[in-house]
Amino acid sequence: MALIGEKGVQRILLVTAFSAMSALLLIALFIVNEGVPFMFRYGIQGFLLSSDWDPSSGTFGIFPMIMASLWVTVGALLVGAPLGIAGAVFLSEFAPRPVMRVVKPAIELLAAIPSVVYGFIGVMVLAPLIREVFGGPGLSVLAASIILGIMILPTVISISIDSILAVPQSYREGSLALGATVWQTVHMVTVRAAKSGIIASVILGLGRAIGETMAVIMVAGNAVKIPDSPLDSVRTLTANIALEMSYATGMHREALFATGVVLFVVIIILNTVASVAMRKRAAKK
Amino acid sequence: MSKTVTIAIVFFAILGGCGKRTNSVTLAGSTAFQPFAEKLADQYMQKNREAAVTVQGGGSAVGIQSAISGAAQIGMADLVQLPEEAKHLNATIVARDGIAVVIHPSNKVSNLTTQQVRDIFNGTVRNWADVGGENRPVTVVSREAGSGTRSSFEQTVGGIALTKEALIQDSNGTIRETVANDVNAVGYLSHGLLNDKIKAVTIDGQECTSAAIAADKYPLVRPIFLLVNGEPQGQVKAFIEYVLSVEGQETLKSNGLIPAR
Repeated sequence: MALIGEKGVQRILLVTAFSAMSALLLIALFIVNEGVPFMFRYGIQGFLLSSDWDPSSGTFGIFPMIMASLWVTVGALLVGAPLGIAGAVFLSEFAPRPVMRVVKPAIELLAAIPSVVYGFIGVMVLAPLIREVFGGPGLSVLAASIILGIMILPTVISISIDSILAVPQSYREGSLALGATVWQTVHMVTVRAAKSGIIASVILGLGRAIGETMAVIMVAGNAVKIPDSPLDSVRTLTANIALEMSYATGMHREALFATGVVLFVVIIILNTVASVAMRKRAAKK
Repeated sequence: MSKTVTIAIVFFAILGGCGKRTNSVTLAGSTAFQPFAEKLADQYMQKNREAAVTVQGGGSAVGIQSAISGAAQIGMADLVQLPEEAKHLNATIVARDGIAVVIHPSNKVSNLTTQQVRDIFNGTVRNWADVGGENRPVTVVSREAGSGTRSSFEQTVGGIALTKEALIQDSNGTIRETVANDVNAVGYLSHGLLNDKIKAVTIDGQECTSAAIAADKYPLVRPIFLLVNGEPQGQVKAFIEYVLSVEGQETLKSNGLIPAR
């Protein structure tokens, strides 16, 4: 330590902190530089709002992909958020502590399963099941939503549990002392107090769902169309880039970078909306 | 310290020496032909100890681009028609590959005409009953835009504007899995990848077999090109000649491709 000194260490840490940020900056600059000129040349409206995507004839409309990403992400939240929050409430408030100590790490292990394995299970088990029960091609919004819903469970559950456990014990005791039942205490006091953490867990899950690529390519079917029902096959923004990247040259390649820009912007908008909502609720309290 | 520097200098000098070897040939392009090219390269290097042949993938589009730019001496492409920018390249057909139209084994349909294939992939035929099958919806499975197999399929069938309902899979293998898992599905893939989990239909009464492809009877066939910018010379020429030799063609044949001659 004496060799480097206080100032030296400070500088080294400063450089490390900024190198993480400069990586973000470089990536953002790169995709914007590759994608944005194309968007202006092609016409932003035509690119964002047209639903014709046919690279071989030079038409690049990504509206179906934007809708697909929204459908699949909302679907994943509908599956994952209630399951995850309810699971977290049970594990932290109702289950005996030793049970939670076993179950929580087990759920967190779900995050260690590679996404290609989730996709594989989706293709082999879930898609045929959906096809048998509901009809349609099976590879669909529904299949992708269920798979992604499971994939975001560990994020939602473990952060929710942490924030529920962080609620001071005195809140619960006060509520119980006033004559509230355990369930009343949970949904009127504990969950409310832990709300910001629970919302944060859902936002992080949302980030994972919208950015997931491999599992979605495998189970969503990748048809370029605006879905009418959850049984339709769709292609998300991420899938569009990954599927065609290896062949794309010239305009097509720039169009894929522009898709990346849109994905980037969509994620920023979603995160901002969510965090503003979170701050508003926190302020109301 | 100075020792490390010396070692580094010697190391890079050796590396540099390798790069300057005049006998090296690089191939890039079609992922469908890549495994065959690797096999041929191995055999070729066994015979010519001083030659070095490297094979890279990337897809037919990359094959054409790198032959033009010189990033690779030989580009590999499996397209029915070479695009305009590749017209000036020296193209040699080294093999042919059939494209099989495949359905689930339980599907009663066994033959489709070219017109029926076109109608199915255009989305005008949406029920198997319209082409002699059971009353079930058709699930069309295709490849991603830019795929050599897709463009060859669309060009040989002709007049295809792929239906928006079509599922898109990104390799021959995943097409096979999707069709094997879905009784309503129809897809297409390279004839060398057929197995008993899927059923290949006859097209206009012609079965998709090596014999029918070689005899020019089966309609959906694509050539595999090796592209060179300018007249092939030296090792490049020798390697292409090796691919076209009896031994090279025999290797392609035993691995499921149809020899060019």
